Amino acid sequence: MDANLTLVLTGAAMIGCGVYLVLERSLTRVLVGLVVLSNGVNLQFLVAGGKAGEAPIVGEAAASEMSDPLPQALVLTAIVITLAMVAFVLAMAYRSWQLNDHDDVQDDVEDAAIRRLAESDEQSDSFDLSSDEPETFEQEGA
Amino acid sequence: MNVSLLVPLPVVLPLLGAGAALVLSRRPHAQRAVSVTVLAAMAAIAAVLAVAADQEGPQVAWIAGWPEPLGIALVADRLSALMLLVSSLVTLAVLTYSVGQGMTGDGEERTPISVYHPTFLVLVAGVANAFLAGDLFNLFVSFEMLLFASYVLLTLGGTMARIRAGTIYVVVNLLSSMLFLVALAAVYAATGTLNLAHLSTRLAELPDSVALVLQLILLVVFAIKAAIFPLSMWLPDSYPTAPAPVTAVFAGLLTKVGVYAILRMQSLLFPDQPLTDLLMWAALATMIIAILGAIAQSDIKRMLSFTLVSHIGFLVFGIGLGSAAGFSGAILYVAHHITIQTALFLVVGLIERRAGSSSLVRLGGLARLAPLLGILFFVPAMNLAGIPPFSGFIGKVMLIEAGVADGSVLAWLLVGGSVVTSLLTLYAVAKTWSLAFWRTPLEAHEMAARLVTAEDEASPPRGASPREDRPVRLGHGEGPGLVAQGLDEVERVHDPDHPDRDLHQRLQDGDLPDRLPRSMVWSTTGLVAITVALTFVAGPLAGYTDRAAVDLLERTPYVSAVLEDTP
Repeated sequence: MDANLTLVLTGAAMIGCGVYLVLERSLTRVLVGLVVLSNGVNLQFLVAGGKAGEAPIVGEAAASEMSDPLPQALVLTAIVITLAMVAFVLAMAYRSWQLNDHDDVQDDVEDAAIRRLAESDEQSDSFDLSSDEPETFEQEGA
Repeated sequence: MNVSLLVPLPVVLPLLGAGAALVLSRRPHAQRAVSVTVLAAMAAIAAVLAVAADQEGPQVAWIAGWPEPLGIALVADRLSALMLLVSSLVTLAVLTYSVGQGMTGDGEERTPISVYHPTFLVLVAGVANAFLAGDLFNLFVSFEMLLFASYVLLTLGGTMARIRAGTIYVVVNLLSSMLFLVALAAVYAATGTLNLAHLSTRLAELPDSVALVLQLILLVVFAIKAAIFPLSMWLPDSYPTAPAPVTAVFAGLLTKVGVYAILRMQSLLFPDQPLTDLLMWAALATMIIAILGAIAQSDIKRMLSFTLVSHIGFLVFGIGLGSAAGFSGAILYVAHHITIQTALFLVVGLIERRAGSSSLVRLGGLARLAPLLGILFFVPAMNLAGIPPFSGFIGKVMLIEAGVADGSVLAWLLVGGSVVTSLLTLYAVAKTWSLAFWRTPLEAHEMAARLVTAEDEASPPRGASPREDRPVRLGHGEGPGLVAQGLDEVERVHDPDHPDRDLHQRLQDGDLPDRLPRSMVWSTTGLVAITVALTFVAGPLAGYTDRAAVDLLERTPYVSAVLEDTP
C-alpha cells in the first residue's frame, strides 16, 4: 500500500498540537485540542484509504480508478460525532464558567484532601472511629 | 420464523423509544409507559435470542443487505445474547426505580425530567449495539452512543459537583475515543477490513510486530472503558456524584461493555494471545489497589465505586487465563457483577433517600430504622464479598479453579490475589454494615464529635478564616484551603449554626421522610431477588457459559456464521 507522506506528517503534527492543548487547564483549550486531535486522526483515515483516485460513484469512473469509499464513510461518521462532542463540551465549559467564573478543570477533591492532610500531618477521616482513646489522635498528630 | 430477524431489534427499539419519549416529553405518564414497554420488550427479545443462540448457533443480521460484505453485521452469539439479557433486565429495574424517584426530583435538585427517559433509552441502545456489533467501527459508534448519553446523564442538572466530575469523565472518555479512532485507522490500513470475522483471519497474516501494536492500542482503549488499573483513576471520582439510578446503571453496564470488548478481542482477533501476562498483572494490580482504596472511603457510594473497579480485576483475570474454564468463569462473573453492583447502588440510593446521606460519618442505626433496607443491603453485600451460597462465591470458585488448573506461577499469584481481595471486600462491606446499620445514630453522632475535638487538639486552627466561611467550596487553586471532605463534613454537622445535620440530629428534629416510594423499593427488591436467583440457576448458567467459552475459543462458530450469512 502506498502511503502519502504529507498526510501522515500533517496528521502527526495535528495530533501533537492536540495532545499539547488537551494538557492545558482551561476547558475551552482542551476542546480546541480535542478538535485538532480528531481532525488529525481523520487525516490518518485518509492515509489508511490508500492512494487518491476518482470519486467512488458507479458510472463516473472505472472501479480500478476509484478511491476507497469506506474510509470516507468512516471519516464522515467521525466528523458527525466530533460535532456532537464540540457542542457538549462547549455547553459544559459555559456551565462551568457560569458556576465558577472560570472553566478550568478543577483539582481532584480526594487528591486535594490527602495533600492537605499530609501538609498538616493529620489523620485521615477513615481512621478507626470506634477507638476509645482520643489521646492517640494527639500523639500521632503532634 | 427466522430468529435472526430479531437481532437488530434490541438496538432499533430503544432508539425508536427514545424518539417517542422525546415527543411525549410533556406527558410524563406516556413517556414512562413507552420506556418501560420498550425495555420489557428488549428483555423478552434478548431471552429469545439467548435460547436461539444456544440451540442453533450465532444469529446474524446484515443491515441493508449489501451484496458485498461491506454492510454492518449484527451478531448474537451465546456471549452477546447473555450480556444483552442481563443488561436489559438490569436497565428495566433501574428505570422503574427512577420512575419511583420522580427522576430525579431529589428535592433540592432541579433536573430536566423530560430529558431523562430519551437519554436513558439511547444509553440502552448503545449498550445493546456494543454487545451485538459485528465490526470494529460499529463498536466505536455504539461506544459513542452510550458515552454521549452517559455524559448527559452524569451532568444532569448541571450542579457544581456534577460539572466538576463530568469534566474529568468527559475528557478522559473523549481521549479514549480518539485513540480508538487511531486504532481503527491503523487496523484498516493494515488489513483493509473492520469486520470482526474477516479480521480474525487477516490479522493472523500480519507480521507479529504490527499485530502486537494494533492489539496494544485496542487494549489501552478498552482498558480505559473497563477501568483497569492504571487507567481506572477517572471512575471513583466521577461516578458517585450522579443521581443514584444513573450511577447504578453506569456501574452495572458501562465498564462491562469494555470488559466484553476485551474478551471479544482477545478470543476472536488475537487467539494466540501474546499479551496474557500483561493482562494478568493488570488484573492483580486492579484487584488489590482498588480494594485498598475501597477500605479507605468514608462514603458508601465511593466505597462501592472502588469495589466496582476492584472486581473488574476478577473478570480480567479470567480473560487473561485464556482457557475455556477462565472464559467461562469470567462470563458468569460478569453476569453476577452487573446485577450485584447495580443492586448495591440502588440500595445506596434508598439509604440516601431514607436517611438523607450516604456518608458513613453521619449514618447509624439503619437496621432498626429500616429493617427491609438492612436486608436489601446485607444480601448483595455478602454476595459481593463472595460468601457461599451466593453467586459471587460460585463465580469466584470457577475463576480460582481455572487459575489452579492453569498452574503457572502468575496464575497462582492471582488465585492468592483473588482470595485476599475477597477478604478485603468482606472487610469493606462489613465496616459499612457495622457503621451505617448496626451502631445507634447517637453513637455515630458521638464518634464524629470525638473526631472533631481530637482534630482541634491535634492541629492548630487551619487557615485564618472562621469556620462558617468554609462550606463546600471546591474552588480552584486554593491549595490547602480545599476541603478535606470527611472532616469538614463532621465540622459542619457539629456546628450549631450550620443547617447540615447527621442522622441522629435529624431523627430528633423529626424531619425524615417516613416511607420510601413503593416502586423504588420494589424494583430494588426485584433486582436483589435476581441476584439471589442467580445462585439457583447457577448450574444451567454455568453450563451455558461453558458452551459460550468453548465457542469463543473455537472461533469457527462465530466466523462461519457471519461469513456464510453474507447476503
